[in-house]
Amino acid sequence: MFALVDANNFYVSCHRAFDPSLKGRPVVVLSNNDGCCVARSNEVKALGVKMGTPWFQLYDLANRHGIIALSSNYGLYGDVSLRFMRILAEFSPEQEVYSIDECFLDFTGFHSIDLTGYGQTIRQRVLQWLGMPVCVGIGPSKTLAKLSNYVAKKRDQYQGVFDYSRLSQQEQDELLASIEAGEVWGIGHRLSEQLARLGINTVKDLRDADTKTVRRQFSVVVERTVLELRGVSCLDLEEVAQAKKEIVSSRSFGKLVVKLDDLQQAVASYTVRAAEKLRRQHSVTGALQVFLQTNPHKTNEPQYHPNILMPLIEPTADTGLLVSHAMRGLKRIYKPGYRYQKAGVMLMELSDAKSSQPDLFSHFSTQDRQKSQRLMETLDRINRKMGRGTLRLAAEGFQHAWKIRTDYPSPRYTTRWAELPIAHAK
Amino acid sequence: MNASLSFIRKSKRAATLANVVVLGQADATAKRLRLPLFLSRISAGFPSPADDYVESRLSLDEHFVPRPEATFFLRVQGDSMIGAGIHDGDLLIVDKSLEPRHGSIVIAEVHGELTVKRLYRKNGEIALLAENPAYRAIPICGESQLVIWGVVTEVVHTLR
Repeated sequence: MFALVDANNFYVSCHRAFDPSLKGRPVVVLSNNDGCCVARSNEVKALGVKMGTPWFQLYDLANRHGIIALSSNYGLYGDVSLRFMRILAEFSPEQEVYSIDECFLDFTGFHSIDLTGYGQTIRQRVLQWLGMPVCVGIGPSKTLAKLSNYVAKKRDQYQGVFDYSRLSQQEQDELLASIEAGEVWGIGHRLSEQLARLGINTVKDLRDADTKTVRRQFSVVVERTVLELRGVSCLDLEEVAQAKKEIVSSRSFGKLVVKLDDLQQAVASYTVRAAEKLRRQHSVTGALQVFLQTNPHKTNEPQYHPNILMPLIEPTADTGLLVSHAMRGLKRIYKPGYRYQKAGVMLMELSDAKSSQPDLFSHFSTQDRQKSQRLMETLDRINRKMGRGTLRLAAEGFQHAWKIRTDYPSPRYTTRWAELPIAHAK
Repeated sequence: MNASLSFIRKSKRAATLANVVVLGQADATAKRLRLPLFLSRISAGFPSPADDYVESRLSLDEHFVPRPEATFFLRVQGDSMIGAGIHDGDLLIVDKSLEPRHGSIVIAEVHGELTVKRLYRKNGEIALLAENPAYRAIPICGESQLVIWGVVTEVVHTLR
């Protein structure tokens, strides 16, 4: 038996936990650079605002309905998430931190406990200790736990906790027939369209689909989903996060950028970030892609969205090497005369650093490789201890004209002495 | 201060070998090591009898923050709680896991603000009291109107 505990509108709730004046009011949290909505309070959802809507398109609506916009505050979210996961760890011996605001718990062997009541205890605990509203979904597989969480969120009568295993066969059928197949974990938009062509529209249709046909037409992954919907647990808790297959580091600029100089600094620092992530998961990369974008919403301006793939002769995780490749790529795709809104770097063809093969014709010696590895380890250690960016490449520059825009900042209530919440004594 | 002794030794050797000064090793992953301070000097022949009684060091964190997940720090603004020893600019340690009782110093949500008050809850009457005659109590009509954010457990009053 599994549970999925998922916070309600996590980013918005983090702000509300420390600023009660936001309660009951329409609130959106904006992405880096205040680009688009990444979190919406229920009041904003009720106004029909979709996830990812660009903020500038909402100015009118925001004025009319008093929508409060907040720039994202990742310092706050990170600390609240850490506390959230630690609180949940007390409720089960096994825990999988699935995302910043979602966590699977293993309830195997919890036969003698009323799981719905246990779910309510979890909910109450997180609400009281953190001021964070959460929902709990319980089911015999991870897929059903996730679906139950969806039910707990959407249907008020369950008061935030839904246990699929308590349903009779008939109740299960009725419930699954009332939910679209696209709501199932791992069934994306494209896949649900393909399923619909086969007459599979609801979750019940999917559960009752023939596994052999599903495997032939789609994949073993979809077949596994079907089995999981039948209550056969195929996915175990992943207590160790899996290494990513690709690493993207990109951001929109605070203001549009024209000069190659500025782009070089931005791309260099994104590459540095990406390389840090790469080394943290003990991988090396075999290819690097650089991309640029003008602002697609400024339809009266010339548009240019180039990208270039730089294959590397030998997989590496060396920041210096990656930055020099990124700079060469950038120079090749950069064209003057455009106003760029976004740049980024993607590392692809990642592989395990330990098992990577040196190239026969490589001009790097074993000593070079070891030297580079030691240098990177030292760099990472110093930056981890002294703070990100303490040691950096000159290519990253010092004055970041393109740096993040935060027009609606909020205090980092839990991680800075100077930004603590105020206790009014008046 | 992890492994400080070993890197001092290393840095000396490095300095003579390659004429570089190693400032130290940055290792953020290492566990914090608390070293007990031995007050006695080690003299040849006679160990101090106190060395047998070395105990673990005292940690303010452990003492004042028994439940770190639910504990938050707040800064006081105003002088309405002076009678309870809570002054303007003081630091409050607030534990959200505790149940507020009659007489607890609490952080309550009042008009969208976090407010520090003494909770009065007796004989069906609820109020948020100030500890300064210049301020009036806030009467609360019923439990549903009372929103307690957390219970104050400690005040840190800086003296200089």
